[in-house]
Amino acid sequence: MNHHLILAGPAAETTRLLAFWVLAILAVSAALGLVLARKAVHCALFLAVVMLSLAVMYVMLGAPFLAFVQVIVYTGAVLMLFLFVLMIVGISAADSIIETIRGQRFWAIVGGAAFAVLLSLVVAHATIGSAAPASAQFGNANLTDLAHLIFTKYVFPFELTSALLITAALGAMVLAHRERTGPKPTQRDLARQRIASGRPAPLPGPGTYAQHNAADMPALLPDGTHARESVSAVLTGGATAAGPDAVDRTEPGALPAAPAGAGQEAGEQW
Amino acid sequence: MVSPTHFIAVAVLLFVIGAVGVLVRRNAIVVFMCVELMLNACNLAFVTFARMHNALDGQVIAFFVMVVAAAEVVVGLAILTSIFRARRSASVDDASLMKY
Repeated sequence: MNHHLILAGPAAETTRLLAFWVLAILAVSAALGLVLARKAVHCALFLAVVMLSLAVMYVMLGAPFLAFVQVIVYTGAVLMLFLFVLMIVGISAADSIIETIRGQRFWAIVGGAAFAVLLSLVVAHATIGSAAPASAQFGNANLTDLAHLIFTKYVFPFELTSALLITAALGAMVLAHRERTGPKPTQRDLARQRIASGRPAPLPGPGTYAQHNAADMPALLPDGTHARESVSAVLTGGATAAGPDAVDRTEPGALPAAPAGAGQEAGEQW
Repeated sequence: MVSPTHFIAVAVLLFVIGAVGVLVRRNAIVVFMCVELMLNACNLAFVTFARMHNALDGQVIAFFVMVVAAAEVVVGLAILTSIFRARRSASVDDASLMKY
């Protein structure tokens, strides 16, 4: 599949050069966007762009198996996990613009520039040779050769990763598990609650007779007003899916009354 | 002619951007994404070195890095959700209980 990308030839070389520059510019600018974007969801989407361009770079470097793993595991699983957690934490969960440590941003950028200089010096001093001539292990035999290596030379680390994955799965289950603090409301309780609330009818669905049928558009009521309660609280940022008892479990005094980044509770969150 | 140096340069840039992001951002989820970016940059360097030395060991190590990164993300995000459930905040500045 990628043989014709690796094999030499003036036309293939030009294609490779063009592909490299397009991918490099795409990856670096998306990485900058990841750092600079204010909304966490945008950061996740920028990260997806970086990962996909890295996957194509892997194909150029003769690693078709890793390219597919990159797309399936990283862009597919890890990034979807990020987006799911963003939905749980609330779409508006965001950084405040106010610096809590004075000059943190400035010194972080200075340190980053110094780090960049250091790494460039290391790369410039190292003798990085040219790519080895094309061989089957970077082409059609990539998968079988990788399998040979994993199950012979690296079989012990491979078994260790299985232990790691089991531990991680158990840990995630234990950490994400939430004990119910009160008894589970029965159907009778729910019915009583609904009658007592003075609104026995179900809430209108979002997007009903609204301008768009998107989930974040409030429904239009017969009198032309917007039904704000038709939009999920997770989307409006007013509340989150963490549940009503989330605050009660906090120890008194554990939450600072007015944190220095007071924008946390105010409307301007990012 | 695309040489391995080109790919190493991209890896260096991505790693530095990720490191600055870890230092600058305060939303714990975005900090996690920046850590992922750094791991991806390392993977790119590993794959490049594998191509350069004509040996597949670098690709195997990149594969292991991916496995460890996936496990790390799962546990890290579970910790984040449990912190968020208790604190209602995803900012790294608010998890400062040990400081006092």
